[in-house]
Amino acid sequence: MNILGQNAVIDAKNLCLTFQTADGPVHALKDVSLKIGKGEFVSFIGPSGCGKTTLLRAIAALEEPTGGSLTVNGMTPDEARRNRAYGYVFQAAGLYPWRTIAGNVKLPLEIMGFDRAEQERRVENVLELVELQGFGKKFPWQLSGGMQQRASIARALAFDADILLMDEPFGALDEIVRDHLNEQLLALWARTGKTIGFVTHSIPEAVYLSTRIVVMSPRPGRIADVIDSPLPAERPLGIRDTAEFIDIAHRVREGLRAGHGHEV
Amino acid sequence: MAMKSETGKTGRLYRLSVWSVRRMANALPVLAVLAAIVVLWYAGSVAMNAKWAYAQAERAGETLSLSQLIADTQSQNRPRLPPPHQVFAELWDSTVEKKITSKRSLVYHGWVTLSATFQGFALGVSVGILMAVGIVCSRTLEMSLMPWAIISQTVPVVAIAPMIIVLSNSLGIDGRATPKAIISAYLCFFPVLVGMTKGLRSPDRMQLDLLKTYGASGAATFRKLRLPGSVPYLFTSLKVGIAAALVGTVVGELPTGAIQGLGARILIGDQFGNPMQIWAALFAAAILAGGLVTLIGAIQTLVLRRMGMEQ
Repeated sequence: MNILGQNAVIDAKNLCLTFQTADGPVHALKDVSLKIGKGEFVSFIGPSGCGKTTLLRAIAALEEPTGGSLTVNGMTPDEARRNRAYGYVFQAAGLYPWRTIAGNVKLPLEIMGFDRAEQERRVENVLELVELQGFGKKFPWQLSGGMQQRASIARALAFDADILLMDEPFGALDEIVRDHLNEQLLALWARTGKTIGFVTHSIPEAVYLSTRIVVMSPRPGRIADVIDSPLPAERPLGIRDTAEFIDIAHRVREGLRAGHGHEV
Repeated sequence: MAMKSETGKTGRLYRLSVWSVRRMANALPVLAVLAAIVVLWYAGSVAMNAKWAYAQAERAGETLSLSQLIADTQSQNRPRLPPPHQVFAELWDSTVEKKITSKRSLVYHGWVTLSATFQGFALGVSVGILMAVGIVCSRTLEMSLMPWAIISQTVPVVAIAPMIIVLSNSLGIDGRATPKAIISAYLCFFPVLVGMTKGLRSPDRMQLDLLKTYGASGAATFRKLRLPGSVPYLFTSLKVGIAAALVGTVVGELPTGAIQGLGARILIGDQFGNPMQIWAALFAAAILAGGLVTLIGAIQTLVLRRMGMEQ
């Protein structure tokens, strides 16, 4: 693992993030320290309120940390965003209903000012990457939920950022579709070598996908355990029935339980 | 084979009959309500016109049988409530039978009202959209404009209409077209403002965050997300707006002796005690409004389908 400081793509040190609410301060993140190296697939798992989404949003400069330090590609998250360091995938596909699939994938390219020919080329490339070639002219309502989410991943990949941040991207899909998309995502990750930060609340999903699993716990949001996955890079779906897989899943579950304390 | 085609035929017939039965089942409540209105209308016209019939009979020293009474209430020259057939006879007479250039033609007056409605609608929609854009873009504009927009709608339009006419006359604006359009716009900008504001604000947190991750400017967010997202809302409020614009125009034609337009027909009918004329003008206005709303609905379907938002 290349988790050495100088190689870290994402580097959080004693990161704190407190929301001021009417009911007093909420400690969404407290003293979170984590390094993510280039090409890693890191999952964040934990119950709601553990700060996993907040951490991802802080990396994307969608939330402002209130303490500690956070760098992305050695820059502040804000600078990193301006340098197109990451693509972000939300839980809902959020495709514009008035744009075709190709038009939706083109959206970031238009905003970032790519020329027309380059836009067309990239759209074609990423649609192929998520196995949606031939669907460019369709409107979102003509596609299934899983296909829509794939289109939204294509949109995040369109401007070729090195980091892909995914916030429960398959959370709203049924298990069969989710399995399929997980397989596809691993293939895509192997092909592109992106660094992926992946928020989920599914233990099998986290174990199946990740090179590293960050188990988080709530009140205040903090890291309870970090598990390096011994699973091989090549992962057929059947790997989920192996003893190794079940072992890691067990450790994740233990981590979640410990974090929850007496509440479970 | 023969059997097969036989069943195919009956199958088709069966489907056809199911279809027509469904259609009838849908039409039934509509027809029932319509019939109830007509019945109530006739009953009301008998009751309201009876007093005059009795008075006439008394003066002539006659007594009326029930059938005589009903016959009389249905054929008075100046009934308090004209029955449907009298209204529609007047409507027919003043649209189909009259030349459309005639001052007694409802088509002529309808056109006067319609053209003023279009002007007022265009003005009101422009003002409504511009205000909505301002309100969405600037918190200060929201706080300074929105209260006045709401207050404007609490002032009855009949109160403000004469003022606008007097004001535009004193400003040296000739004719009634401009003040009428302003009054019409006064009524129709508000639904457009409300609908458009809602539409421009319809994108949710996630959609705005997504654009933020692209480093999109406010202008890009507006052009690429807010504006197209507001189109369905805009059309909904345009439907309300065009009906309001028509009402505004008719109201604008009521005060200070206008001689053209459906509002003027209502006023003149009232002054000269011609209820049929009032009712015919009212119906003409209602038919016009219905037509305009349907037209906007058709454009809405077309545009949304074009944009890919309607299946």
